[in-house]
Amino acid sequence: MSAEPTSPAPTDGSFVAAALSNRSFVAGLFITGLIAAMALVSFVWTPYDVTQLVVADRMKTPSAQHWFGTDHFGRDILAMIMVGARNSIAVAVVAVGIGMGIGVPLGCWAAARGGFVDEALMRFNDLVFAFPALLSAVLITAIFGPGAINAIIAIGIFNIPVFARVARAGALSVWPREYILAARAAGKGKVLITIEHILPNIASILLVQGTIQFALGILAEAGLSYLGLGTQPPMPSWGRMLFDAQTRMMVAPHLALFPGFAIIVTVLGLNLLGDGLRDVLDPRLRRER
Amino acid sequence: MALIEIEKLSLSIGRVPILKSIDLTIGAGETMGLVGESGSGKSMTALTLMRLLPDAARATGRVTFDGIDILAAPEAAMCRLRGNDIGMVFQEPMTALNPVKTIGEQVAEGIRWHTGANRADAEASARRMLERVGLPEAKFPLTRYPHQLSGGQRQRVVIAIACALKPKLLVADEPTTALDVVLQKQILDLLRGLVAEDRMGLLLISHDLAVVTDMADRITVMRHGEVMEEGETAQTLSAQVHPYTRQLAEASMHVPARPNRHAAQAGGDNLLEVDAVVRDYPGRRRALFAPAEKFRAVDHVSFSMKPGQSVALVGRSGCGKSTLARMILALDRPTGGDIRFLGASLTSKSEAELKPYRRNMQVVFQDPYGSFNPRHKVERLVAEPLHLLDSQPSPAERREMVAEALHEVGLRAPDMDKYPHEFSGGQRQRISIARAIITRPKLVVADEPVSALDVSIRAQVLDLFAELNQKLGVAYLFITHDLTVARAITDEVMVMHDGRIVETGRTDAVLDDPQSEAARDLVAAAPDLKRAIRRRLHEQG
Amino acid sequence: MIPFLARRLLTGLATLLLASVVVFAVLEILPGDPALLMLGMNASPEALATLREQLGLNDPVMVRYVSWILGLLTGDFGRSFTYSSPVIDLIAERAVVSLPLAVISLLLSTAIAIPVGIFAAARRGKAADTLSMGAAQVGVAVPNFWFALILVYIFAVWLQLVPAGGFPGWKAGLWPGLKALILPSVALALPQAAILARVTRSAMLEVLGEDYIRTARAKGMPRRHVLWRHALRNAMIPVLTILGLQFAFLLAGTIIIENVFYLPGLGRLVFQAITQRDLIVVEGVVMLLVASVIFVNIVVDICYALVDPRLRSNA
Repeated sequence: MSAEPTSPAPTDGSFVAAALSNRSFVAGLFITGLIAAMALVSFVWTPYDVTQLVVADRMKTPSAQHWFGTDHFGRDILAMIMVGARNSIAVAVVAVGIGMGIGVPLGCWAAARGGFVDEALMRFNDLVFAFPALLSAVLITAIFGPGAINAIIAIGIFNIPVFARVARAGALSVWPREYILAARAAGKGKVLITIEHILPNIASILLVQGTIQFALGILAEAGLSYLGLGTQPPMPSWGRMLFDAQTRMMVAPHLALFPGFAIIVTVLGLNLLGDGLRDVLDPRLRRER
Repeated sequence: MALIEIEKLSLSIGRVPILKSIDLTIGAGETMGLVGESGSGKSMTALTLMRLLPDAARATGRVTFDGIDILAAPEAAMCRLRGNDIGMVFQEPMTALNPVKTIGEQVAEGIRWHTGANRADAEASARRMLERVGLPEAKFPLTRYPHQLSGGQRQRVVIAIACALKPKLLVADEPTTALDVVLQKQILDLLRGLVAEDRMGLLLISHDLAVVTDMADRITVMRHGEVMEEGETAQTLSAQVHPYTRQLAEASMHVPARPNRHAAQAGGDNLLEVDAVVRDYPGRRRALFAPAEKFRAVDHVSFSMKPGQSVALVGRSGCGKSTLARMILALDRPTGGDIRFLGASLTSKSEAELKPYRRNMQVVFQDPYGSFNPRHKVERLVAEPLHLLDSQPSPAERREMVAEALHEVGLRAPDMDKYPHEFSGGQRQRISIARAIITRPKLVVADEPVSALDVSIRAQVLDLFAELNQKLGVAYLFITHDLTVARAITDEVMVMHDGRIVETGRTDAVLDDPQSEAARDLVAAAPDLKRAIRRRLHEQG
Repeated sequence: MIPFLARRLLTGLATLLLASVVVFAVLEILPGDPALLMLGMNASPEALATLREQLGLNDPVMVRYVSWILGLLTGDFGRSFTYSSPVIDLIAERAVVSLPLAVISLLLSTAIAIPVGIFAAARRGKAADTLSMGAAQVGVAVPNFWFALILVYIFAVWLQLVPAGGFPGWKAGLWPGLKALILPSVALALPQAAILARVTRSAMLEVLGEDYIRTARAKGMPRRHVLWRHALRNAMIPVLTILGLQFAFLLAGTIIIENVFYLPGLGRLVFQAITQRDLIVVEGVVMLLVASVIFVNIVVDICYALVDPRLRSNA
């Protein structure tokens, strides 16, 4: 009776202020921005050419010339990590895009329609979740052959039920609100209500889920490439670099160190960004602070 | 010596001051009523007594309970005090009990903790206590879980927990606000009985002056974290020395002026006709393949309304009144029967065919916080029903119409560029009404439109409803469990019980002389400030 | 409880049946003729035709599907042509590596994560909370196969405490077998533990803000008591969900981890079978993994019902 319930943050100036005072968000944004910038820069400049093999410089430890050392073909590891970032980000972006683009409309549809459609979607979700994601990705890439495109599809398909579920749960919690009833009393149909009222109110949870899936996508791409099913050589990829490093662990442990750090830092940055976004966008959690 | 003595208690959370130099005393066995509107600091005062304040809260001053300095006592001492010497009952019975523990465990837990009794003994006392609060073993075994009980029953369990060890002081924070009037009366009677039997002190916190007057020996009126007035209940309320006390009392009994109340309805066609409407819901399945049992929420309801008429639909919670309202608004389809609006049947129309009817039929909801999309500005919110017009207004016309509607509900045109969270509860309800009248409807259905508002705000919003009824000739269907609202604003009343309408008639006639049992229960349970003051004065001679 | 269980079993079976259709269909469209692969490129057309007939590849799709399903039900998973032995034997041989690996990892991650999560929630905002959740934040970001490489370098190459890879077989004794599984299970478990610890903490914090926690405190229960007796059980509901998901994740994780450590487990078996187009093995192992995921999810749902009485009464 005493305190009035806090209403969700409106998307105006106060959002930026709140976001910039959130440590997780700022750190995550900084790291993610750094990795993205690195990937962009790699299009126009890398310290060395990643396709150039210099046998004389094989497996050099980090030095002033090669900050992160060189690999077993004498390629510069920093350059490979920069170009590899491109790959990881592209795969993850498209995979999240596929998941969101198909999953969110499906989830909203199921929530709006209910009944049979809803039941069918839930059973479909059960079905997809029954296949361990990586196993199915291995299957898909095995069917269509290894490669970055197929890795994207494999990871993307498993993002569909994730987003469908999140969108459905969010939409179901918004539908019984009184403002939806008011909109219905104003003669608005399900599609219009979904666009005007449901989507803006579940956008924040979708955004947060998006960063999580983005991070998982990077991990999955690295895993597939490590198994030799993702990005194919000579295109450098972080997972592949780790695979190459494995057999040379005894002589050149630094080969494994830097690609690993690249993955960890990227995923960490995305997770921090997601946590920060959640805190900023979910007023319930913010109030606790 | 007083049981509890609060001297110059100030409290702040972060940098926000909540309480400012509060003084309050409660004697042993005395009932103190603490009244005030939202944000007056009543609940925080109660939580200070229990020392269950949020981590960020800082309290200064002195709070003494039975010689113990509450603000300075070590946590272990407070644990010995809580539940043993001070019990507390909360507002929301639906969430106050742990869903994964049986009611027996939850009542016995405190007993075992404080007395060191073994499980069997503690359960025996828990059983006796539950029996005392009206949950006999035969119907409510200790192994029941909270979700198997109704709201009123759960509140009884919370009371059993609070009173299990016969505390010297019981703190009840809005114990009946979440319940309907009939349950409210039962719970208040229960509290009164327990307090008298066990000679407990009671701190009863409520926003409802009538409830407090009924229950309390003395009363403390709070506002904005300060004590406005304190004194013997009947005297304080009949003398009304302090202007704020007078304001509260007047607002509680407020009846809006409606000079030409029966002008609109003498003859003519019916605006709305509800004919033998039935609504069934699929109930719980008993077995895997057994057909679901049907639950009949609305059972053959028939009535009609004239243009401009103001009708109340009253009943206890769960009687089917909101379901009926939704069917009238064509937000839900009846299982059987027919609803005709402006002479046409609504029940079989498609969404497109409903458009011209929806334009003439709008809605105001109870919750001023939940009824707006938090991400839209007021202009867009109020303009939403304009979607129903045949020709869409230009942006400029739209702003004009929104400005006009806001003006009619007492808000300013520039308010349309704000977000709903920038308004208070009462202002939001005004925005809600502006949205409902922007298409100039002939009927507005209002589902508990003032029950979430403080009394003074409630009086203003009722005035607004009355004014619009006079000015625009709009008919109202008021859905409420609060008879004072029905009496204040409606000409006719329908009493609904278990899905049926059991009594109809002129509002005054039904409320003064109810015929059906359901109506009599409602009338008898409804808190009435005048009556309560009269009784208090009479008791004192 | 009984209707709830029955319903859950039915949907589980339906999902399994659907999954079998999907697995079968996917492998139907997989390029490559198994008969050709078995006999090699130089096989004569007559030999190919005979083998096709023997394998039943000429039967209509429906017939093959039904006979495959009936086979699965009677434990006949078919015969691998690359290993020339029954698939069921291969699975049995490999499961004794994968199953202990998955179970040890799950236990390990649970044993670490839940106490850490509870501890962090109880000391919210204190140094212990910040430190453990910072570590968890990093842990979530670590790919398990990279972590595995680092573990190998430290414990096998540098300290030489455990073997770097391979599996001596349980015949060599319990300890040598377990020793070979230590690093793989740690590598699998720690990143999962990081996720679980974060979920446990936030579930605990959520529950600690509920009204019934205040009711319990108003009864005079001390904070610690309330944490263990009232909050924990309610907080277990989201934690169980994550545990169920993690089991599937661990199963998939074995594919990579078994490759890192050269462990002869199911993950490695299926991976090799896919690259060698040994379809019958792939089908068998995938169905087995899917069935175990579904089974674990049913177990999780039963645990839900044990924790939450609301699920027991209305199905």
